[in-house]
Amino acid sequence: QDNRISIWSVGDLGNVGLSGEYQGEPQLLCDIGHNGDVMDMQFLDQERIVVASSTGTVTVFRHHQNNQTLSANQRWEKAHYHVDQDTSCGGAACTGVICNNPEIVTVGEDGRINLFRADQKDAVRTIDNADSSTLHAVTFLRTTEILTVNSIGQLKIWDLRQQRNEPSQILSLTGDRVPLHCVDRHPNQQHIVATGGQDGMLSIWDIRQGTMPVSLLNAHEAEMWEVHFHPSNPDHLFTCSEDGSLWHWDTSTDISEKPSFLHQGGRSTTYSSHNTINQSVVSAWLSNDPTKDRMEITNLIPNQTLSVNSLDILGPCLVYGTDAEAIYVNRQLFA
Amino acid sequence: QVSILSAMELIWNLCEILFVEAAAAGPLLLRLLDWVRLHVCDVDNMVREVLSSENPSKHKLFWNVASIVDVFVLQGRMDEARHLLSKEASANPTSVNMYKILDDLMKKMPVPSLGNTQTLTEMELKWQHWHEECQRYLQDGTFACNSHMESICKILLGDEDAILEKKELMTTWYHFLVTRLLYSHPTVKPMELRMDLFLGGESSPEPLDTILMAAFEFEMHQVIKECSIALSNWWFVAHLTDLLDHCKLLQSHNLYFGSNMREFLLLEYASGLFSHHSLWQLGVDYFDHCPEYGRVYLELHIERIPLNTEQKALKVLRICEQRQMHEQVRSICKIMAMKALRNNRLGSALSWSIRAKDAAFATLISDRFLKDYCERGCFSDLDLIDNLGPSMLLSDRLTFLGKYREFHRLYGEKRFSEAGKLLLMLMTAHIAPCSFWMTLLTDALPLLEQKEVIFSAEQTYELMRCLEDLTAGKSDKQKFQDDDVETMKVEMLRLALARNLARVIVKEGTLEGS
Repeated sequence: QDNRISIWSVGDLGNVGLSGEYQGEPQLLCDIGHNGDVMDMQFLDQERIVVASSTGTVTVFRHHQNNQTLSANQRWEKAHYHVDQDTSCGGAACTGVICNNPEIVTVGEDGRINLFRADQKDAVRTIDNADSSTLHAVTFLRTTEILTVNSIGQLKIWDLRQQRNEPSQILSLTGDRVPLHCVDRHPNQQHIVATGGQDGMLSIWDIRQGTMPVSLLNAHEAEMWEVHFHPSNPDHLFTCSEDGSLWHWDTSTDISEKPSFLHQGGRSTTYSSHNTINQSVVSAWLSNDPTKDRMEITNLIPNQTLSVNSLDILGPCLVYGTDAEAIYVNRQLFA
Repeated sequence: QVSILSAMELIWNLCEILFVEAAAAGPLLLRLLDWVRLHVCDVDNMVREVLSSENPSKHKLFWNVASIVDVFVLQGRMDEARHLLSKEASANPTSVNMYKILDDLMKKMPVPSLGNTQTLTEMELKWQHWHEECQRYLQDGTFACNSHMESICKILLGDEDAILEKKELMTTWYHFLVTRLLYSHPTVKPMELRMDLFLGGESSPEPLDTILMAAFEFEMHQVIKECSIALSNWWFVAHLTDLLDHCKLLQSHNLYFGSNMREFLLLEYASGLFSHHSLWQLGVDYFDHCPEYGRVYLELHIERIPLNTEQKALKVLRICEQRQMHEQVRSICKIMAMKALRNNRLGSALSWSIRAKDAAFATLISDRFLKDYCERGCFSDLDLIDNLGPSMLLSDRLTFLGKYREFHRLYGEKRFSEAGKLLLMLMTAHIAPCSFWMTLLTDALPLLEQKEVIFSAEQTYELMRCLEDLTAGKSDKQKFQDDDVETMKVEMLRLALARNLARVIVKEGTLEGS
């Protein structure tokens, strides 16, 4: 296998066609080989990228902008591994990584949580056997608190200031313990968290209240691989799934407007300007009745085939990658 | 690599013309001309180079203008030939007359039309007249002074020797075939195509040649067979056969293996895909389209994909579930659960058993937990056992594990009567395995020894009955082998139960009295 980390340039906004899609081809700026599958990656700062590998290694790559090259800056081999090397069947994949410069937190199939600091050779802290099942994803709740999701449907909050290796709080789904694959926190309101499950269900949680999700929304027909709140317009949520679809969840519609319903295909979301009614914004995700006339859900992929494995959003740009070896860039998300 | 791809394109296009489109006489030749122009002669680059140089007629390259004109003529590109020829003619003012005549002939050449504006017979008639006109000019010696123009005229007449002279410009025998047809029999019918080699007999036919020959002779099966032999993987031949099959051109003989030719090739190709680390997902779709053996092949292949990460396993499982391949789901989940168990990831193992609804494996995992408890005296992975939820019901052992943990929790919270009730229920409802009864009874000891009376008379009798069941079950030999600890335990239990019974009778008697 020849897996590579690549950096592409998608050029400027000059060549925008009629349908709002970018007309030119993305240009490959530089790439570098990677050992194992890339399970997760995130920018640590303007130049450095942290990559989680299926071999259990966590690597920090540096992108040199002046000569457009990538180099491996730092590597933590065997950040994730199974204890008994003799009986263990291969390495343990590192499934998730989250950064808050200079701190890096990783989780893996070995149920271990690692806290690294960039430029420090050894892990700052390791919580062995934090979970008896696989940890699928991690995110920062506060600067000193992280949130993990696992394959028995539990959300665990860990307080990194405390030395004991126990979660400070455990929340779990009602009913069947469906594995949770992804998690994201609301950018402004730290108590609102969204998770995606193996059955494609989107759950919204209020950390302050209770141990069960506030709302469960039937979404995809297969595993939901990633969920992201839009970083600057948190009324918008994006989810992608093994069933090949990418959904845009929009709670920003004005209450007084005519109720709008589910659209099939096309990007027909009308983005109304961020209204000043803070109360409705606050409670939009937490409302117990996410009825159709308050939330607009759009599938952004007209002809879906294979799984959409990953997505990311920033400003008006949406990027997602599929199993069909394709990467899609949409630079006019709210047009 | 590039040449294989162009060879494939060549074969594919020819098959399209001859088989799929089944071009009839008339358009057939036009299609073949297009085919030749597209694939055989890469003359356009040369042309650009020559024309862009300053003095075209005196170019030093081997390919001078005259050659290019010849190439155009050989490919039936009359307009371009005439254009270049005019340049050549303007350089030689003496041959203006000759040029005009030749130009005229070339302009008037009848070609089969695509739309049905003329019938074949009309076309043939026109062509015959034109052919005779060319003949006359040649015989009159009109072009005698200019050898180049003379040779062009001969080519127009379909003179084989003249055409053969330009062997190097045509490079391949099929170009020659098409050119010759153009100038001798433009209304050729598909069945009249016959291959003629001009290989000169020195070399034996290349694989590509044999394939093309078979195509010209309309032997589809031969084409498929030769392609299979010549090419190193099944990609080309599988898709070609699929196309021909969809056009209903292949008679379906039932093969002894792989049902029919198309399915056999698709199965072979898809099987090849499965050995690739990421293309196996495409293989699935191919198997889906093989009606007879596709599913069996898929079932066998999908179990053997190496699962190096859980995410990959999940993708494979999703594919199996979508096709109701329950056996495979169970088998893959079992593999993943075993791996997890060996790595001591009990929670993961349980989550895989739940996915497969595998009660037997859940029992195995619970036994593992219970064993750990007996050895260490405490539970590992409490986060898992405490939060089993409805999945507890997957297997009896798992239910027992959950309930047993609950007993410990109640005890820890000092809710003794509830704990006692639960403990008893575990034995009487036979949720607990017999092997565990001793441990449960031993757990009951502290409850019996409490200052407060926990168990009612009824319950105490039940406990005694359980103890007796347990000890009665052992044979004499076992009793003899029991070490002192065991016998002491039993004795202590009997004592505690008796004492409890005494107290509770008194207590219950007292209450009733007042």
